Amino acid sequence: MGVAIFLICFPLIVAPIMYLIRNDKVRGRVTYVCGAVITAAALCLTVRWCAGGMQVIKAYDPAEWIDHLILAGEIVLAVIVTILCFKYHRGIISLLAIVPTGMITYLELKGPALAEVNAIYVDHLSILMCLIVGIIGVLIVVYAVGYMEGYHEHHTEFVNRKNYFFMVLFLFLGAMFGFVLSSSLLWIDLFWEITSVCSFLLIGYTKTDEAITNSFRALWMNLLGGTALAVGIVYLAYRGGNVSLQYLISLGTAGRVIAIIPIALIAFAALTKAAQLPFSTWLMGAMVAPTPSSALLHSATMVKAGIYMLFRLAPAMPGTTTGMMVSLVGGFTFFMASIMAISQRDAKKVLALSTISNLGLMVACAGVGRPETIWAGIFLMLFHAVSKSLLFQDVGATENATGSRNIEDMHGLMYRLPRLAIFMFVGIAGMYLAPFGMLISKWSALKAAVDNNNIILVLFIAFGSATTGFYWTKWMGKLIAFSHRSGQKESDHMFPEEVLSLTVHAVLMIALCVLLPLISKAYVDPLLVEMFGTYTDVLSTSILIMLVVTICFVFAIPMLSMVYTRNLKMNMKLSYMSGINAGNNKRFIDAMGDKKKIWLVNYYFEDFIQADRMMRYSQIFAAAVLIIMICVVIGGVL
Amino acid sequence: MIEKIIGVAAYILLAPLVGGLLDGLDRKISARMQGRVGPPLLQPFYDVRKLFAKQIVGVINSSQAAMLYSYLLLMVFSGCIFFAGNDILMSVFVLSTASLFLYFTAVITGSPYNSIAASRELIQIMTYEPAVILACVGFYMASGTFNVSGIIHSDMVMITRLPGFFIAFVFILTIKMRKSPFDVSTSHHAHQELVKGVTTEMGARNLAIYTIAEWYEVVYLLGFVALFVINQQWWSFVLAAIVILAVYFLEILIDNSAARVKYGAMLKWTWAMTLLAAGVNLLILMLIR
Repeated sequence: MGVAIFLICFPLIVAPIMYLIRNDKVRGRVTYVCGAVITAAALCLTVRWCAGGMQVIKAYDPAEWIDHLILAGEIVLAVIVTILCFKYHRGIISLLAIVPTGMITYLELKGPALAEVNAIYVDHLSILMCLIVGIIGVLIVVYAVGYMEGYHEHHTEFVNRKNYFFMVLFLFLGAMFGFVLSSSLLWIDLFWEITSVCSFLLIGYTKTDEAITNSFRALWMNLLGGTALAVGIVYLAYRGGNVSLQYLISLGTAGRVIAIIPIALIAFAALTKAAQLPFSTWLMGAMVAPTPSSALLHSATMVKAGIYMLFRLAPAMPGTTTGMMVSLVGGFTFFMASIMAISQRDAKKVLALSTISNLGLMVACAGVGRPETIWAGIFLMLFHAVSKSLLFQDVGATENATGSRNIEDMHGLMYRLPRLAIFMFVGIAGMYLAPFGMLISKWSALKAAVDNNNIILVLFIAFGSATTGFYWTKWMGKLIAFSHRSGQKESDHMFPEEVLSLTVHAVLMIALCVLLPLISKAYVDPLLVEMFGTYTDVLSTSILIMLVVTICFVFAIPMLSMVYTRNLKMNMKLSYMSGINAGNNKRFIDAMGDKKKIWLVNYYFEDFIQADRMMRYSQIFAAAVLIIMICVVIGGVL
Repeated sequence: MIEKIIGVAAYILLAPLVGGLLDGLDRKISARMQGRVGPPLLQPFYDVRKLFAKQIVGVINSSQAAMLYSYLLLMVFSGCIFFAGNDILMSVFVLSTASLFLYFTAVITGSPYNSIAASRELIQIMTYEPAVILACVGFYMASGTFNVSGIIHSDMVMITRLPGFFIAFVFILTIKMRKSPFDVSTSHHAHQELVKGVTTEMGARNLAIYTIAEWYEVVYLLGFVALFVINQQWWSFVLAAIVILAVYFLEILIDNSAARVKYGAMLKWTWAMTLLAAGVNLLILMLIR
């Protein structure tokens, strides 16, 4: 499995080279080439795996020195974190790096002899993650080349550290591949910590006070998860003598007692990574980072690492306290985050909250742990990765063009920056509208929740869908509303890289939507068989036909309406303003007889919702649930 | 298959007739409640015919009309899914997509009254959606399928198992049918503080299109109500007709006797009602299953 090893090592090797290249042009070229190589390698791995009959590949018995290398990596990481923590006067956080590293080191050097583990494990789920990272991740990196150019033109106040930025991006890509392709929990732990640290470094990129505060918040929350992961690994190693993830899952599925605590701890770690309540605030704070890192780490790929972990553990979830904890926290996060998103005007905040909310739904699906919910979860993950990455990049480009990412400033964007507005429209439609995949996943999740008598999840989905629809739709409305601003077109200042990435995303989005039945039959069903050993026909033929017809209609109807109405004869009138129009639809005459511009705003219910307070209460509630449930889990075993 | 085609054809052809007649009946009964004689029963048809004879009036380019046509067609399509006996949840999802196009029709104009009404329309959608989705869940739990044809082929009368869902659904029907006290985005009658809400900028033929879409919607919603009653017995159809008329009358009565509330109150009451009625019913169904 040379390709898998190459996928992990290549970005890690490219990363320091990126740091050394100081010339923007050269770095841009090298980024394209390396990006293309990574995508090609990911595709190559997929093709070879398909050619091998889509069987699980277990490969590579690691030599001793590689294990030591992994350990050395852990220690280096802990040292870096410790130094940075002390440099910025937050020494206490370094404990969260030192303690787990110490435990892992002790385990490797003095611990019990562990069974041999196949280090590389390739199956449907890891291939899916590889494709997401290898295609969407790389596209974001390509987009970053153009974006960072524009970013530093606009923000001259920040030190230009682009070489550093790209180094961290590549480091992250390598760690992500390593994470999804490894089977040994020790390896997974290292790659897990690398992604945490990459996220920390990227959030602090601008080095403003806010960025530093937020980056340390992200750091301690993620390291807390990492600590839980390390404790779980050490426990498993001492009690089970084996640190393979697959071994743990098989123990958990068989209902063995020794698996209960590690699974609960790893699930907890996954919740921190997936920014579930009460740990959602780190993802909110992460939005101060330049947009490509928000798109890559905090929406399309890194946070999916938590989801990936939970999907892996899903077969061991049904009927356990851990499963209940996970689905409860996920459902709660889905609902609360979608309410908070209503009150946000900042586009990136809305995207962050909707990411948290959607991750919540995926987490809830994993917590239920039935084939139907994992089916739904996989599609949610796929669609979310594509459309959210599209949206982040689009908002970033809009901000570079207009200097604002306030949704109110996007009023009439369709008439001012049509290209960006159309991409945004496609992205938002992909997030929730029929017949895009999100909806069919929601349909499936709802059905599965009912089948499993999970009443709380049913209620969360029913109410959460309504609130989700609200904040997306009002954003869409803003884009198409007739502009009360000056009518002239503006330039969107997009670099070719950005256009390329956005176009590929939009095409992918629509292709995924049209090909959904095919993907389901050819890929996701076998994935479920692999995971659960049983086959469930989630998408029955009648639903399938229904879906295809719906897709055709919902695409065709607005198109046809557009064409049909284009040539209709129409009598144009002024819009109704109680008779105080001032010549056109943009102005009215106020009480003093002056002409005033119309200014239309959306509802945000800021008084009613008060996102900060709501977040605090939700955090308290979710933390209480987590603590109680974990105590129950641990107490039940001891 | 033949049944499906008949169902769809009947819906496409007859729904505007039934919807228009009910609309006429509504006006007549409302007038009598207010001590007036009221217009003839067929007045809505005369109105629409006259509106169709006029040219289209709009405030911005053709996209306004395009959104409106999409609204009408998606509305008809969601009804077709329903009356063809297909998946009810899918039909509801398409229905909410259709509603979004009504929102787009209004918001795209950039007209102040229309935009406020559009936002309120959106709040209404958010308000009633949980109850509708939960009603679908209720049908699924009681009959084991989301398919409308499967639901009407079950032995029992659904309402006996789903009284809470029924109450919640009738409650949101007031919003859906644009009846006071929940007609915050527009009303069928001229008593609106927002001039004419989402229909403010719909001139002449556009208004006719809108009216027809509403007729389709009413028939669809009443079909949903009938689903709570209908099974394979002949008497269930009679009962369904009675229930539909009773519900319709109830809505008219509420419309004429309640004062409009603010959207916040609408949201709170409706969600509380949904949780209490549908939620408790759901809990009981899950416990006895």
